[in-house]
Amino acid sequence: MTNSVEIKNLDLSFGAVKVLQNLNLDIGEGEFLVLLGSSGCGKSTLLNCIAGLLEVTDGQIFIKGKNVTWAEPSERGIGMVFQSYALYPQMSVKGNLSFGLKNAKVPKDEIEKRVARAAEILQIEPLLDRKPGALSGGQRQRVAIGRALVRDVDVFLFDEPLSNLDAKLRVDLRVELKRLHNQLQNTMIYVTHDQVEAMTLADRIAVMKGGKIMQLGSPDEIYNQPRNLYVADFIGSPSMNFLEGRLEAGEFKVDDMVMPMNGYEFGAPQTADRPAIIGIRPEHVVTGELVRNAPLQFEVDVDLVEPMGSDTLVYAKLGKHSFRIRMDGQARVRDGEKISIGIDPSRASLFDKSTEDRL
Amino acid sequence: MADSGTMTAAMTGPRGPKPKRAFNRTNIMIYGTLIVVALYYALPLYVMIVTSLKGLPEIQMGNIFAPPMEITFEPWVKAWAQACTGINCDGLSRGFWNSVRILIPSLIISVAVASVNGYALSMWKFKGSEVFFGILMIGAFIPYQIMLYPIVILLREAGLYGSLTGLVLVHVAFGMPINTLLFRNYFASIPEELFKAARVDGAGFWAIFFRIMLPMSLPIFVVSLIIQVTGIWNDFLFGVTYISSPDRYPMTVQLNNIVNSVQGVKEYNVNMAATLLTGLVPLVIYFASGKLFVRGIAAGAVKG
Ligand SMILES: Nc1ncnc2c1ncn2[C@@H]1O[C@H](COP(=O)(O)OP(=O)(O)OP(=O)(O)O)[C@@H](O)[C@H]1O
Ligand SMILES: [Mg+2]
Repeated sequence: MTNSVEIKNLDLSFGAVKVLQNLNLDIGEGEFLVLLGSSGCGKSTLLNCIAGLLEVTDGQIFIKGKNVTWAEPSERGIGMVFQSYALYPQMSVKGNLSFGLKNAKVPKDEIEKRVARAAEILQIEPLLDRKPGALSGGQRQRVAIGRALVRDVDVFLFDEPLSNLDAKLRVDLRVELKRLHNQLQNTMIYVTHDQVEAMTLADRIAVMKGGKIMQLGSPDEIYNQPRNLYVADFIGSPSMNFLEGRLEAGEFKVDDMVMPMNGYEFGAPQTADRPAIIGIRPEHVVTGELVRNAPLQFEVDVDLVEPMGSDTLVYAKLGKHSFRIRMDGQARVRDGEKISIGIDPSRASLFDKSTEDRL
Repeated sequence: MADSGTMTAAMTGPRGPKPKRAFNRTNIMIYGTLIVVALYYALPLYVMIVTSLKGLPEIQMGNIFAPPMEITFEPWVKAWAQACTGINCDGLSRGFWNSVRILIPSLIISVAVASVNGYALSMWKFKGSEVFFGILMIGAFIPYQIMLYPIVILLREAGLYGSLTGLVLVHVAFGMPINTLLFRNYFASIPEELFKAARVDGAGFWAIFFRIMLPMSLPIFVVSLIIQVTGIWNDFLFGVTYISSPDRYPMTVQLNNIVNSVQGVKEYNVNMAATLLTGLVPLVIYFASGKLFVRGIAAGAVKG
């Protein structure tokens, strides 16, 4: 796979504040890459650097093999969709779609053709003569996507395009975006802090924190093999259970509990004993009939039960530690009850306590 | 039965909008204050208008509030075309046209330059743009009087002292800080993403200004226009200071000369008419664009 976008040793500071530091990222042709991270971690900043809307402090950016570090945004072959839609309020939908093409001096009939095609793909044909003020949020965002679409660009940049929409519309447009990507096969870089969007849309996810990429990998890798404690904690809802203990001779020990880590794939052979943290996802804990087949079995005291319809979230005490368990929606569990749970070490994650990296 | 008691209470109790009495204490206070304030402003205007429509004998009878017994437009005609200032006896008309010749170029240049200034300072921040803006703002806070004489010297060196061109330049310069501030703040309230989208769409400095920003900024242009028209039209100080010949005096200076002329009887009706004539231009501007003015002052609420 050839690379569509390459970012090399990118630095960006606002005055004395270093927002991005020595960032490297290669994005393949036709890939859907999601930049995921909490607020203020530099996702938009990175996207703006790729778009050419921010001048980089150091480093290089290549798009389609061409060094565009100094190029104007319009020369980079990118289209961008913003959170606030950013439609030109005084122009009609058609005017909005054709503005970029007019600036690029595209011939009139070609403009007509491209606008018609984009409008068809996004199903906004009946809206072409309206002003943005007379559109709903979802329609506005479609127009904003259309504005990137007509320009026939190689790379689409999205900065939280769905976060101003209500929950239902967000799901609809998310599905449409995925379909659009399948249809167009463009490279797409998508910023969000919504994990569900990230997991569902991405070919690869880059989890960012403090201007650095913590982990870059497929949604499956990010979810099942988080490379460090931050990623493990950030991904998944409800979030992972963490227990602090020691790793001794292939066994994880918390208080008087012993968990032999048979089946766990260590990144490197573990020789020395060390303080460690085990992470277990609430949905990887089994209950009821299945406990008998689980490699590790424990008893827990139920603290609080939150029925959520599709599933039930149980807050329990494992020894002295609070522990979340995700059970079936039909599960009948009551506060104060004792239940047995089963854990599979091969689905758990182990982290070094001092470096917080995956073992 | 307790049950039916609560039923009737539910049906007869308060329902729908709460009735309001027209003459409660708050309303009387509010309207009273408003009426007093309105009178305070309207009364002098009323006196001026009726006086300007009376003949001199009637004025000398002394009741300034009485409406004219016989309406005459003689004083207006005299004020416009015949009143004497010094050697010229062609009324205010000469001053009016001088003021127009000062106003139009000053207005166009200052609004045009200030809008581009404000746009550049808010959207295209460059190294030192904050410093530049700071220096410009200092200009807004220095009292005019300090710069009065230095500017005389500057204009004289440039060979513009006494000319309308010189006065236009002075008006443009003095209007710059406040108008730049006005435009900068307005443009700063326009969502940054709109600007970014336009850049991605390949629009440059001028294309964004003319195609995106201008169509969105009519209200602030009206505010700037009103500030400039009233400021320049009402200016007296710069007019007397930088214009050397009575032939080129702006309307305000000429009005002063008519009203303060010491020869002959005081013609109150002509003076009033002259004053009203002089105030007419700002007044018309206010009436024509009042609504937009309010919208511009309350700016910031730009919806995408
Ligand atoms: N113009 C600026 N001047 C100074 N600091 C800035 C500027 N723009 C952004 N920052 C800082 O850079 C950091 C990253 O900002 P950025 O907008 O990239 O965050 P983000 O990851 O997109 O967050 P969000 O999810 O809230 O959009 C933040 O700490 C922010 O305060
Ligand atoms: Mg952001």
